[in-house]
Amino acid sequence: MSSANDIAQVIPQAADYVRILPEIVLAIFGMVVMVLDPLMDERRSQRMLGIIALVGALAALVATLFQSQYPGLGFWNMVRVDSFSVFFHFLIAAVTAVVILASYEYMEVQKIRAGEYYALVLFGALGMSLMSSAVELVLIFIALEISSISTYILAGFRRRAAISSESSVKYFLLGSFATAFFLYGVALMFGATGSTSITVIGDALRSERIPILAYVGVAFMFVGLGFKVAAAPFHVWTPDVYEGAPSPVVGFMSTAPKAAVFAVLLRIMFEADAPGRLWLIWVVAALSMTLGNIGALVQDNVKRLLAYSSIAHAGYLLVAFAALPNNGIPAAMFYTASYAAMNVGAFAVISHIGGEGERFVTLEDYEGLGRRSPLLAAILTIFLLSLIGIPITGGFFAKFYVFSAALQANLVGLVIIGVLNSAVASYYYLRLIVVMYMREAREEVPVSPIPLGLGAALAISVAATIYLGVLPGRVLDYAARTAAEWAR
Amino acid sequence: MSTALDTSMLTLITFIPLAGALLLLLFPRRDRDIRLFALVVSLLDFVLSLHLPVHFQRGQAGFQYEVNNLWVTNPNIHYHMGVDGVSMWLVVLTTFLTPLCVLISWKSIHERVKEFFILLLVLQTALIGVFVALDLFLFYFFWEATLIPMALLIGIYGHERRVYAAVKFFLYTMVASMFMLAAILWLYAKTGTFDFVSIQAAIRNGQVENFTGAAPWLFLGFFVAFAVKVPVFPFHTWLPDAHVEAPTAGSVLLAGVLLKMGTYGMLRFNLGLFPEQSRSNASWIMVLALIGIVYGALVAMVQPNMKKLIAYSSISHLGFVVLGIFSFTQTGLDGATYVMLAHGVSTGALFMLAGILYERRHTYEIAEFGGLATPMPVYATFFLFIVLASVGLPLLNGFIGEFLVLSGAFRDRAVYGILGATGVIWSACYLLWMYQRVFYGKVTDSVNLALPDLSGRERAALWPAAAVALVMGVAPLLWLNAIDPAVQSVLAPFAQLASKMVGR
Repeated sequence: MSSANDIAQVIPQAADYVRILPEIVLAIFGMVVMVLDPLMDERRSQRMLGIIALVGALAALVATLFQSQYPGLGFWNMVRVDSFSVFFHFLIAAVTAVVILASYEYMEVQKIRAGEYYALVLFGALGMSLMSSAVELVLIFIALEISSISTYILAGFRRRAAISSESSVKYFLLGSFATAFFLYGVALMFGATGSTSITVIGDALRSERIPILAYVGVAFMFVGLGFKVAAAPFHVWTPDVYEGAPSPVVGFMSTAPKAAVFAVLLRIMFEADAPGRLWLIWVVAALSMTLGNIGALVQDNVKRLLAYSSIAHAGYLLVAFAALPNNGIPAAMFYTASYAAMNVGAFAVISHIGGEGERFVTLEDYEGLGRRSPLLAAILTIFLLSLIGIPITGGFFAKFYVFSAALQANLVGLVIIGVLNSAVASYYYLRLIVVMYMREAREEVPVSPIPLGLGAALAISVAATIYLGVLPGRVLDYAARTAAEWAR
Repeated sequence: MSTALDTSMLTLITFIPLAGALLLLLFPRRDRDIRLFALVVSLLDFVLSLHLPVHFQRGQAGFQYEVNNLWVTNPNIHYHMGVDGVSMWLVVLTTFLTPLCVLISWKSIHERVKEFFILLLVLQTALIGVFVALDLFLFYFFWEATLIPMALLIGIYGHERRVYAAVKFFLYTMVASMFMLAAILWLYAKTGTFDFVSIQAAIRNGQVENFTGAAPWLFLGFFVAFAVKVPVFPFHTWLPDAHVEAPTAGSVLLAGVLLKMGTYGMLRFNLGLFPEQSRSNASWIMVLALIGIVYGALVAMVQPNMKKLIAYSSISHLGFVVLGIFSFTQTGLDGATYVMLAHGVSTGALFMLAGILYERRHTYEIAEFGGLATPMPVYATFFLFIVLASVGLPLLNGFIGEFLVLSGAFRDRAVYGILGATGVIWSACYLLWMYQRVFYGKVTDSVNLALPDLSGRERAALWPAAAVALVMGVAPLLWLNAIDPAVQSVLAPFAQLASKMVGR
């Protein structure tokens, strides 16, 4: 009798598998791509494997929708499916699909054999999805590693370009360092509270006496995760890595892993409501916004410019963290979604214009783009306006929610810093728009017509950016359900 | 009265230009069709907007043609639009000037014609939206939305230093409106609504916590955004650059409508939401307005460039509007509103006239011309008429507004009235002197002898402006009887304030 119970306790039930269904789907499709790659003729494989990967990403989307019907804990309380995890699963799968669409043409133009590429994108997405539903620190660590290792390799995928290898190695070394920080924090946390489960830790921290180790543990985890989201002062790797990595990959790794890490941060910071947390986040947010924007002012390389801009955006997002738990959670979730939409789109445009070997990535190369390719210029303008935070784009509401959440938490100083920063930021985004529309066209930079895959990717990104800017209500309401679910 | 039509009227007027712009996207690049279509759309919008004054309940305070639907639940944003006597006329001013802009750009814009008219129509939607929005969020949205098409119009279709001017324009106004956004967010955080009417009620009933401490800063937040737009001295430096570099249509809308967004904002939001702070800050704002009037006029006097001269004259004229608004008198505010409308018509026309000359000679330098009355008699007549309207000749539109403003300022404090009145003299000096140098005397440059007079299209653009300038000067009551009640309701809390102070 008792043995039957024991067996039932160690064998996962069907419900457990449903709780990781999107991850299973991604893993299967990733492996199928891996297995088929050597078996196929090289010329045909590009397209075929890409389509399989796309189907995989879409299947993960469907699996997420299916999974959302069965919320709850699974795998011995290690994963938790709630509207929060569903939100991020959906976001990550959608970003993955868009990135795969945008990569078709890129891989052909750069003459890169793409089989492993698609598999790695899917595996990376697997890790990120798992991060957003894991509620146990060791599982989070494993998921983080799955996602990071995939992105390290992806960053070096332009094998013939030295700069890409440099980017990969840099990313790998500093990234491993950051993961070690995170792991150290986990260990300290375990020492302090005797558990690696986020909820148990949260309960322990809510008790009256909090061991000093716990503070250190939270700080270490924050440092490790801060590295991953490129928050200042842990941001130094960002421009170099973004400059060297293939553009579609930058679009991927500046959005999906970031969203996942922010999801982890949200879960941890929500539970680990330790005093002093506020000031830690306050300082990091203010620094990220300021350093990111000031750094971007002087960039002439579009990829580096957007790298600094992503540092600044990590800062805006952290403002929402400082405002936890008021309205910070939905604000942060909305921000990740709208940032994902506009940034993936912007990098898709950049990867198209870059041409073979990514030669055309300086501001000069964008001169007169409004004349040479009005459509591409208009699309990029929409993304840039969204990054500035102009109304009817998602970027506006994203900033809006973040700042109003911070105001409700009485963080007036941080909001002033943020608002001034967005004013500064408008300058360098605007610079790109000015270059595109108000300079004479440079004929030596060719612009080929937009292929189908890229067109679809851009259409999705533009639609999402505008949708979030005109009707933000539904997405925000969904995100707001999380706060209600978490409140105890 | 059909209520369904009334509630959808503002939506129609606001978004018809945008719909036109979207349709234009699909047009093939046949420039003639594009121009015609833009003209038809803007004329249609003008005709529709005439519905507003025709069916307006005059003598009645409060907002009319209101539409109020929920847009976003969180934050609590409503699609709330409505007009009172002041904003209604500004809407009509916008729809009136846009077809003229289309006409005046007929030939001068020959490259990227499609994009030009798309931008123009998008700009029109945003401008109208600013005046009809009654939800602070919606207002801010349209406010920012005016920036992009305007900056692009300047930056793409302008003259030599266009990029510099466009970026300067954008950054100046963008940075300033950030302060307004912060103030709006504060108000939202404390009241839970963006609705202008509800916030106003909450403030008046003292339901907003910490309001007394924050109000001076909120007032400043709004004021800075508006002051840059007007522009109030010393925030004016973007204006001459923007005007000189902008294409004619851009200048017309910039001077005619965009600047009024600032003064309209002061009237609606600074006075409407923060009467006490308006009162306590009035003295230095009045001083800035007076400096603007005199300084703008003096600088205009020495400009060798015709367009720059008109630009500085705008600074001077808008000083009158600010002076009138912060006099807190019925006549002063009536006059301020009237100057807004009159300045829109006459300065819009002045920029059109300057643009016509530029099309022929590709220069705005006054020294290049002289004796133009001989080769271009019709043009000279139109120019003189508009100059006189702008100077403030009785029976033309400029006179009524300035007179009302000055009498309001006198009532507030005599020295304000006296100093302001010098502005009228200055404006006569620089405009008439410019006119004399350009049109009278002998033709100094033989190139100018061959200049063709106005074409039919150009006359079609100028006649309406001239006619309206005359009607506004002869029958101001047509406008004022709608403006009056609106101004009264703005001033109502000031009367209470005054009685409170007397009571002490």
